[in-house]
Amino acid sequence: MTTANIEERVIELLVDITGEEEIGDYREDDLFEEDVLDSLGAIELLVRIKEEFGVSIAPTELEREEMNSVNKIIDQVQQRL
Amino acid sequence: MSFYAEPAFFILLVPIVVIAMILGMREKPLGRYGLAVSVIMVLLLFSRTPASLAFFVCYLIYSIALERFVLGLFRNENPRRIALYRCALALQIAPLAVYKVGVLFEPDFLGFIGISYITFKAVQVLIETRDGLIKSMGVLEYLYFLAFFPTITSGPILRSRKFVEDMNATRTRDEYLELLYRGAGWFMLGALYKFIGAAIGQWAMWFLPSVIGTATIGSAVMANIVYALAYTVYLFFDFAGYSHMAVGLGFALGIEVPRNFKAPFLATDIKDFWNRWHITLSIWLRDFVFMRFSSAALQRKWFSSSVTTACIGFIINMTLMGLWHGLTVDYLVYGIYHGLLLASCELMQHKWGFYKKHKRDRWFKVCSWAITMIAVIFGLALFSGQVFHNPLG
Repeated sequence: MTTANIEERVIELLVDITGEEEIGDYREDDLFEEDVLDSLGAIELLVRIKEEFGVSIAPTELEREEMNSVNKIIDQVQQRL
Repeated sequence: MSFYAEPAFFILLVPIVVIAMILGMREKPLGRYGLAVSVIMVLLLFSRTPASLAFFVCYLIYSIALERFVLGLFRNENPRRIALYRCALALQIAPLAVYKVGVLFEPDFLGFIGISYITFKAVQVLIETRDGLIKSMGVLEYLYFLAFFPTITSGPILRSRKFVEDMNATRTRDEYLELLYRGAGWFMLGALYKFIGAAIGQWAMWFLPSVIGTATIGSAVMANIVYALAYTVYLFFDFAGYSHMAVGLGFALGIEVPRNFKAPFLATDIKDFWNRWHITLSIWLRDFVFMRFSSAALQRKWFSSSVTTACIGFIINMTLMGLWHGLTVDYLVYGIYHGLLLASCELMQHKWGFYKKHKRDRWFKVCSWAITMIAVIFGLALFSGQVFHNPLG
């Protein structure tokens, strides 16, 4: 899986979960601050990452600050692949 | 000796903090010293109740044994590890459950102060061991984590991985002094809250309603509203005051105790409120109840939509929160009430077009804040027993 490919698939996942079509354009924004993600969104994201990439991240493994933007989420997935 | 109440406690803190300062300024890790001090303080805490002390000591040994057992299960990849882990988790919760049922029948049922809070800490360790986040845990580290005296009676609820990191940290003199300085600020603010704010609140709870009287229906309603407001003021200053002092004391001992209150009366919706009120409790429940439940529900597709999952998750989460305070009707209703409030908030935020359109408008925020405050104050009237056991007669 190439880097660009992973990025694209993570963004697709995020669009699906949050319903924000333009989420890929704001890759540094804090998704919790902007009310785009909440507790349920976060857990949905972890469940979907596991389904899509086979990467398992426990709910308390990461602090919110470690996965609060599109880029950080992509990073976390890449590190584990 | 009762903590954060008797003068003796505060007098004892002076030498405890002075020695911590000397060690901290010499750039020594404070873990061992903190453990030694905690042992002494725990002995003093239970000095008048030897049976509770014995129970507490047994509880510590029991919890350490359970943690070692679960660590072993996952280290050796035992084929029945998940089933055995679940048994260990049930055994870890059992003393609290037995105690909570026991006190319903016998008010002097054997327990120990802080049993509710220590259970949260021990359960977190077992769950994170299962998740593979905790791979080792020294006996002394675990002992100190469970017995850390500043937070032993009523939180804030600590997390073990951060705690172990802090207890073993070697800070430079400047880093320690900065921590100490912040800690002193928290401690003083907490003392002001508890000994002035809470005292005024408590005085108002009894004095103001008696001035208003309950002779007519109108005055009785007014007296009850004033009582509920005063109770809210009292509880906030009492609990936030205690929590801030615990944070400050923890900092002096090199442990970055998490903040428990963050201006809860500025909350503009009920989710926001729980991110500001008894924060360590609500985050614990979010991480270990709500998220676990939602994760299972989403993976197994128990419900048709994610909003339904969240709503049911909130109700389960908060009902448990209520019952954790005690197995009484008041706490049960308090828990369900907050579960329903959170579920309504979830529905509003996801399904109500009007909300999405106006959520950033000033007037909307003001209305939302006012409704949240009324809901919170009524919730606390359920919590205090005011609704079901009219204290004003």
